[in-house]
Amino acid sequence: MENERFLLSMLVNNEAGVLIRISGLFARRGFNIASLSVGETENPEISRMTIVGTGDEYFRDQVVRQLEKLQDVRIVELMDMNDTVTRELFLIKVNAADQTSRSQILEAVNIFRAKVIDLTPVSLTIEITGESGKLGAFIEYLKPYGISELCRTGVTAIGRGNNILGKPKNKEEK
Amino acid sequence: MKLTGAQLLIQILLEQGVDTVFGYPGGAVLSIYDELYKSSDKIRHIITCHEQAAAHAADGYARSTGRTGVVIATSGPGATNLVTGLATAYLDSVPVVAITGNVACPLIGRDSFQEVDTCGVTLPITKHNYIVKDVRRLPDVLREAFRIAAEGRPGPVLVDIPKDLQTAAVEFTPAVESPKKAIVKQPDSDTLAEAAKLIKNSKKPFIYFGGGVITANASAELAAFAEKIGAPMGSSMMGLSAVPNDHPLFLGMTGMHGRFAASKTMACSDLLVAVGVRFSDRATGNKAEFSRNRKVLHIDIDPAEIGKNIPAYIALVGDIKQTLTLLLEEDISHSVTAWHNEVEEIKNMPDSRLGMDMSRLNPQMLLEAVRERTNDDTVVATDVGQHQMWTAQYYSFSKPRTFITSGGLGTMGFGMGSAIGSCIGTGRRTVLVTSDGSFHMNMNELATAVSYNLPLVIMLLDNNALGMVRQWQTMFFENRYSQTTLNRKTDYVKLAEAFGAKALRLTDKKDLSKVLDEAFAQKGPVLVHALIDSDEKVLPMIPPGGTINDIVTKG
Repeated sequence: MENERFLLSMLVNNEAGVLIRISGLFARRGFNIASLSVGETENPEISRMTIVGTGDEYFRDQVVRQLEKLQDVRIVELMDMNDTVTRELFLIKVNAADQTSRSQILEAVNIFRAKVIDLTPVSLTIEITGESGKLGAFIEYLKPYGISELCRTGVTAIGRGNNILGKPKNKEEK
Repeated sequence: MKLTGAQLLIQILLEQGVDTVFGYPGGAVLSIYDELYKSSDKIRHIITCHEQAAAHAADGYARSTGRTGVVIATSGPGATNLVTGLATAYLDSVPVVAITGNVACPLIGRDSFQEVDTCGVTLPITKHNYIVKDVRRLPDVLREAFRIAAEGRPGPVLVDIPKDLQTAAVEFTPAVESPKKAIVKQPDSDTLAEAAKLIKNSKKPFIYFGGGVITANASAELAAFAEKIGAPMGSSMMGLSAVPNDHPLFLGMTGMHGRFAASKTMACSDLLVAVGVRFSDRATGNKAEFSRNRKVLHIDIDPAEIGKNIPAYIALVGDIKQTLTLLLEEDISHSVTAWHNEVEEIKNMPDSRLGMDMSRLNPQMLLEAVRERTNDDTVVATDVGQHQMWTAQYYSFSKPRTFITSGGLGTMGFGMGSAIGSCIGTGRRTVLVTSDGSFHMNMNELATAVSYNLPLVIMLLDNNALGMVRQWQTMFFENRYSQTTLNRKTDYVKLAEAFGAKALRLTDKKDLSKVLDEAFAQKGPVLVHALIDSDEKVLPMIPPGGTINDIVTKG
């Protein structure tokens, strides 16, 4: 069995202690979390959580089944990576003291469709969203200039088209 | 009507049909105890000597009656003393509701007197837990706690109630339906048909059942199922008492200290029908060998158990009673004469005989003599260690819920509390089989048994050692008896008498009948201090991670 990256989307009760129940379950059962993002949904009683982890088929099945047993977990779904849009947001502070560096960085910002959100004579702060491949490439490009800070929100994900978390899927194609 | 939080708790307990609670008062539950005082005609409170025993008593009450056990403790040390009891109930899936007090809301998080993060501490050992910070939520939370504890795969639920909520007034409306989480689906007809086909095509089916059968009250269905498909049966330790020991198809317990015939027959089977088991490492031994050459049909209510330890060829997830009833309607009966002949051969193998050296007083003799003096409804509780395994091997159970033992957690000290819970719950005699090691852990509860004059017979098997650990040291550590030769100077007879109990000493096998007759003639608590040999072993034994081929049958 091979270790693969997997992505879980969950709807959970928006209550104190829910995060520790979920992260505690991962820790207790020896499951690793690569990224976790969480926020309230349009219904203030419910939060949506996106977890990225790695593991084999046994591990993925166990994660889902154990999570489903938690009282505060309403829905868990192992997302189909080919049918899911994923995004992550980075805030990056990069050194740009000289004119050459600055213009090269600004050029990359344009190409990667990132945005400069703050500026000092010696640094640029950049906001960029995208899927992990693009963000990784952008970070690699910036590294030689010197990244002084990097903040990541963690991956968030949504099903494509009519795939709605918790709703039965319509497999028929018109 | 307006009620305080404490009054409301009493109302919900009554609404849930609770007439008995176990517990220990303290600063953060004073208001609750005040209401218990006023309602003592409706709810009986049993006070133990230590909160741990109160938790075990609630557990023993639940295991022996099938009803949810309730335990109350104060904040801080009261709550932390429940931990072992909750973990024991969690590992064995026993429905228990624990109510703890905590410091008043404004004091939470300030390291106040007797403050502890009870929910944080009990999070991994409860099915669910709550700290209630709004008294208006209290009724729903309490109702939900009882529902969660009992539904599906049962387990302990804790509700932490800060002190100020116990006195805060709230409008109370009697029972309304609380919100429900989706109920476990029954197996669909296609999967049932596949399972039936698998059974029908099997030449050598074997049924391996566990505690889930007892929880689901599915003993009759299990026996009918075994008879219909002609399958021999073996059980996990938690499954013991689900079918009568003398059922012609029952071969005994399997696993580390299981009967040779049961383990051997299981190893020869081509289909394992696993009912209400979770394949603990103590039960399976070597997991790869366990599932080699045989298909597993796994029936359980908890979907997370399917494939967790042993891969299932087909899984039927649902209530065991209902699932077996549905399977019985399928076309599953077939001829297994050849298989039965093979099983008979196994049963007649020399290793299938179980027995001890009868020239001296031994556990087998003791347990068989106890059985002669009990009836089919008598509950037998144990602590943990050799005496527990001997009870599992030599005491013949006839009815479900008559064997109370800590399986998953293996809690030494479980016995006294759980036996007290069983005496209270069933109102009948309970026998506790314990040992010098385990008994010393919670022997203070003799005071509880005496206070309530409980019909409790304590069989204390004294081998002057921590026998099970000693056995491992003999077998795997070249007789280096590190910290297992106890040499305690405790005089158990004087001790029991000091607590106000009757006590008898048994040192010679010729006195066995006389002493046990006297013990079983008592109405109140009685302790029998029986001396056995330090080197008496639990056999057979499949060493950890081993298979039937590694079985040790002789000391």
